[in-house]
Amino acid sequence: MLDVIWLIPAFPLLGFVVILLFGRRLGEPASGFVASGMVLASFIVSVGVYFDLLSMDAEARSSIHTVFSWVPVDSLQVDMAFLADPLSITMCLFVTGIGFLIHLFAIGYMHGDPKFSKFFLYLNLFILSMTLLVLGENLLVTFLGWEGVGTCSYLLISFWHTKDANATAGKKAFVTNRIGDWGFMLAMFLGFQAIGSVSYESLNLAAEAGTAQGGIGQSTATGIALLLFVGAVGKSAQLPLYVWLPDAMAGPTPVSALIHAATMVTAGVFLMTRMNPMLAAAAPEVSVLIAWVGALTALFAATIAVAQTDIKKVLAYSTVSQLGYMFLAVGSGAFVAAIFHMVTHAFFKALMFLGSGSVIHGMHDEQDMRKMGALRRFMPVTAATFIVGWLAIAGVPPFAGFWSKDEILLFTLAERGPVLYAIGLITAVLTAFYMTRQVIMVFFGDARWGSFANEAEAAHLDAATGTRTDPEADTETDTDGAEAAARDDQVPVVTHGAHGEFKPHESSPIMLFPLVVLAGLAFVGGVIQLPSFGIVPEGWRHQLERWLEPVVEAGEARITDSGAYDSKGLLAVLAIVCAMIGIAAAVAIYARKMAEPIEPEILADGWGYDRAISAFMGGPGRRAFDAVAWFDKHVVDGAVNGAARLVGGAGAEIRRGQTGNVRNYAAIVGIGVVALLTWFVIGRGIL
Amino acid sequence: MSASILGAVVPTTTYYLILGAVLFGIGATGLMVRRNPLIMFMCVELMLNAVNLTFVALAVRFGNIDGQTAVFFVMVVAAAEVVVGLGIIISILKRRPGVTADDLAELKG
Repeated sequence: MLDVIWLIPAFPLLGFVVILLFGRRLGEPASGFVASGMVLASFIVSVGVYFDLLSMDAEARSSIHTVFSWVPVDSLQVDMAFLADPLSITMCLFVTGIGFLIHLFAIGYMHGDPKFSKFFLYLNLFILSMTLLVLGENLLVTFLGWEGVGTCSYLLISFWHTKDANATAGKKAFVTNRIGDWGFMLAMFLGFQAIGSVSYESLNLAAEAGTAQGGIGQSTATGIALLLFVGAVGKSAQLPLYVWLPDAMAGPTPVSALIHAATMVTAGVFLMTRMNPMLAAAAPEVSVLIAWVGALTALFAATIAVAQTDIKKVLAYSTVSQLGYMFLAVGSGAFVAAIFHMVTHAFFKALMFLGSGSVIHGMHDEQDMRKMGALRRFMPVTAATFIVGWLAIAGVPPFAGFWSKDEILLFTLAERGPVLYAIGLITAVLTAFYMTRQVIMVFFGDARWGSFANEAEAAHLDAATGTRTDPEADTETDTDGAEAAARDDQVPVVTHGAHGEFKPHESSPIMLFPLVVLAGLAFVGGVIQLPSFGIVPEGWRHQLERWLEPVVEAGEARITDSGAYDSKGLLAVLAIVCAMIGIAAAVAIYARKMAEPIEPEILADGWGYDRAISAFMGGPGRRAFDAVAWFDKHVVDGAVNGAARLVGGAGAEIRRGQTGNVRNYAAIVGIGVVALLTWFVIGRGIL
Repeated sequence: MSASILGAVVPTTTYYLILGAVLFGIGATGLMVRRNPLIMFMCVELMLNAVNLTFVALAVRFGNIDGQTAVFFVMVVAAAEVVVGLGIIISILKRRPGVTADDLAELKG
């Protein structure tokens, strides 16, 4: 199947075209099934390619398939080419696999939406862009996918665009992403300037060769790596550009699961892994910087997640935090661990987002966790699967998240020392804490829907959150409950809010099936990369590492002889203890009510980061922009307009010669002839 | 050379060249001083034929056919030009009787 690798992006493209042309006629649910079928076909091809690669020797598992010559301009030769290697196929497998499950879920979730087929149009376009991104053989093809997923993200965040906050959130995501894209483009230009090619193969080979063999020197490699990191920070929502991701929750929940948790936001991590030889060739400070940015993002977002009340916002900040872990891994030279965590995170975070979608659906578009509770009795399947996701992200063995997080922390301690390791551990405690808080608030305790059934319960929770201002009125980019409100706008069906007399209901089987599959994956996902503990059979250990070895050879840190590696059993126990502390604290506060919840307003407000940006951009930023606008208007435009006025003035003078009188023209021609003759005769001496 | 009715005068190439120059000068002067479009058009034709005359004269002088070939081209082009040019001039004169070239200054810049 290796030679038909182009089918992987071709199927979603076909789905996109079919729904574009016949979407209205297909309607609901046929267009949803068409879209899902295309993604499933893509997944099947990916599996075929995977087995093809598996049957080859480890060193030979890399082949380039050129579809056509895309930009043949002199020395700039860029092909529309796909690279099939362990990394790209790993990405393809989980992008199309999870994408298919989320498509299925969306058929149930988007039921009754007037723009049903358009939703699947965008989803298929997204899968197309994402597969281009991961399969691209050069930076330009990846960039095409990179921009494509950004566009789809924008279109889907503001899918219910009649609500102002959703449109604003879409714009915010787009603009923030563009800041990162600037870094990506400059990195691409720098790479082309250095070696005259933008293909991964040439760039990475040149980086490995170094200046001595005519490759890329350390300073250039540092520049490229840093600029790529700027791009990755934008796309993967790291400090300081994370602000768009929490607001992106304004989109429909399947979008949050697919784009803003499982796939698109991991593109930055993928890019850094793809270019790992460049990172290895760069100055070591670059990796240290990446590790610090990742660790601080992980901690920062985890603290914010502790105080959120919107069911999706908790998951959004959790996603930012987990992406921080992945960058911490990249910065520690643990590329395999980064990809490992990316895959397990995709399983459990997609699961939890879909679970929250199921809850929102069953609660008739209520997103406020303070108005939930006891839902396990009404939504048993959703609750059970969500709990699997919770155990996975909290780091409880043997669930998937434990193995990947533990691997990252091990590399962090070995490569970057105890400070970053401590930050990682604190984040692990917080992660376990806020996820437990969420599970308790949503699925356990007393039912707080209906008419705040239990006053004492309400008061208990209000102690922490009641002083807050109304989130809707707070800032215009705040999207708390925006999705619910927007659905109310557009769907005049039986959405009677959470306050009426109603019973939450379990979702339809088409929504539960993906949940069950993802729960299974979140449970066993860790087997792809088991550590070398005594109880793990030899053949089962480090499978992902062996698989990715040819791709990450240059950048992967070797830690087997470090002190941290020797005490890895102790570290694993420490990680489990941390998870237990977090869970126990949350149970004590939210379930046993042994203490008042500590949810300071500043955390609920995201440390005031959004408002600080608004204030800065509205104040000094605004003045700077005005100054630039003045410069543009008077100096740049002045030069352009001046040149135009000069030409215009000269023209006005010269036009006087055009009298329109034929005899004048004849006289001028005559004078010209005489002058020419004079020149021939006297000047050149002819005759 | 046989005797001619012009007596002892035997025309040489120079004569033809001078005649051509004179015809060309008349045409050029006429183009510049006359205002009737039809007369100006005739002056242009006169200049063309003055050039034709020099072509032919020199072709005979040098025993080279190239000059005469050029003349045929000039005549063909001139014929085509007359068809178009005369048509335009006549339609202008029909629309604005008695108009002069100086009045037709719509292309003034």
